[in-house]
Amino acid sequence: MRSPTGNEIAAGESILSVENVSLAFGGVKAISDVSLDIRKGEIRAIIGPNGAGKTSMLNVINGFYTPQKGRITFKGATRTKMRPHEAALGGIARTFQNVALFRGMTALDNIMTGRSLKMHSNFFWQLLRHGPAMKEEVEHRKRVEDIIEFLEIAHIRKVPVGVLPYGLQKRVELGRALAMEPDLLLLDEPMAGMNLEEKEDMSRYVLDVNNFYGTTIALIEHDMGVVMDLSDRVVVLDYGRKIADGTPDEVKANKAVIDAYLGVAH
Amino acid sequence: MDLLYQIFVDPFVQMVQVPDLFVQTLWEGLVSGVLYALIALGFVLIFKASGVFNFAQGIMVVFAALTLIGIYTQLRGWGVRPGDLAAFLALFITVGVMFVLAVGVERLMLRPLVNQPDIILFMATFGLTYFLIGLGELVFGGEPKVMIADDLHLPHGSIDFKILGGLVSLQKIDIAAAVIASIMVATLAVFFQKTRIGRALRAVADSHKAALSVGISLEQIWVIVWFAAGIVALATGIMWGARSNVSFALQIIALKALPVLILGGFTSIPGAIVGGVIIGVGEKLGEFYWGPLLGSGIESWLAYFIALAFLLFRPQGLFGERIIERI
Repeated sequence: MRSPTGNEIAAGESILSVENVSLAFGGVKAISDVSLDIRKGEIRAIIGPNGAGKTSMLNVINGFYTPQKGRITFKGATRTKMRPHEAALGGIARTFQNVALFRGMTALDNIMTGRSLKMHSNFFWQLLRHGPAMKEEVEHRKRVEDIIEFLEIAHIRKVPVGVLPYGLQKRVELGRALAMEPDLLLLDEPMAGMNLEEKEDMSRYVLDVNNFYGTTIALIEHDMGVVMDLSDRVVVLDYGRKIADGTPDEVKANKAVIDAYLGVAH
Repeated sequence: MDLLYQIFVDPFVQMVQVPDLFVQTLWEGLVSGVLYALIALGFVLIFKASGVFNFAQGIMVVFAALTLIGIYTQLRGWGVRPGDLAAFLALFITVGVMFVLAVGVERLMLRPLVNQPDIILFMATFGLTYFLIGLGELVFGGEPKVMIADDLHLPHGSIDFKILGGLVSLQKIDIAAAVIASIMVATLAVFFQKTRIGRALRAVADSHKAALSVGISLEQIWVIVWFAAGIVALATGIMWGARSNVSFALQIIALKALPVLILGGFTSIPGAIVGGVIIGVGEKLGEFYWGPLLGSGIESWLAYFIALAFLLFRPQGLFGERIIERI
């Protein structure tokens, strides 16, 4: 995978760092002065009670929101503002808390949209469905079929996703993000609303993606068992502030985290 | 009894007894249907990709046609000969103008309104309508113009068939309109279904945020659809203009596209064609065979009546996507 700046980042070095970011909607502070970093090759969890600013943080990272304060450094390039499709171009893919798929399209077409940025044949050839466009389509189709096989969704690839059960929709959405061959994959509650078996499947895919493709992953999750099993490092947000950051064991033992989750007597 | 006979039996008896007249009426209906379909197509394109009902499509038809004639006249004035060179040069430049219009709409109207509710964008297209009316009148003047059909090598005259014991006469310009419309629809349908940009267009139609997350640029897609709608408007303007005149009154044909859209479904390109043909044929047959019962003039409202009946039984239209909400 190429980085736009040209310099490769070694595993374990910071691929993304967020410094002193603050984000407010009118008078509501979603994020206050939060700094965190994500190292190449790791699985980084962002946890916290509801309304802690987790999703806002993902939205800042992939350019949906522009923070009022703070800096974001991705693959060596520092910025205060980025447009979502530029984030995608730079190698950031994501899934959404409430599945955001293209409901009218088949699972296959949904995942093919993930290849949009990698396809370059021009309009004219595409219209003729011939020459370079056809070759390109076939080439990308092959990559997509690999992902479909990996996620074990071959049986539903021609089904419009709108009619699929929720767990499978989540898997198709992951497939679409993977099709982008991202450097950084953001997963917003990948296991929300799943039963135990589905959660185990999803955990396995997340681990496999991390191991086999070496993809750096940042995920938001409420299931603490999953978080502690999967992640290398955990950052905890509460009311838009960072209250802890460290390995799962360190975080589990942290007084502020226990207070945030269990409540504290005043 | 007499009334029932007049409604349910007599028209069909007439159709069988004078078949040449029936075929002629059918053909007239088919042609106006194709032209309705062309307008509806412009709506479908924009609705599919942005969920916005573009009220300005009608005036875009007029504006495109006026631009073509205006540039042609200007070129002739500068001494460009022969006429057909000037006409095709004007056509080329008009396509460019439609592109500039698409970019302008995206920059000045859609981009500042991104993430606003659809109704706000709909109102914005009203604004665009009156802007284009004003601009058109300022630049080209308000009087009706004659379409440069000859210099564009559009066929004229008619082909007469002696069949069914009578005479059926087909205008060549109508045949050309049908052929051009069919080619446009086929091209757009393939484009939407089978290509990467087509896939991106459908993606944007389904979910803006998901489309953004896979790196589809909304700005680019909007320029593409508005440009495509502009080209469709230009084709419509040339065909309608060649049959009558090009005047600002033409923009009300946009309202005729509404029943077509309700019938065919707002999101279906083939639906636009089928809906257009049903409305066109229904109108002409209704006017000719059933009209006298109601003292004629039913052509002006029959389309809306058909659409209303459809809304009762199939609100998503013939080919529209069925909306299933999970609860």
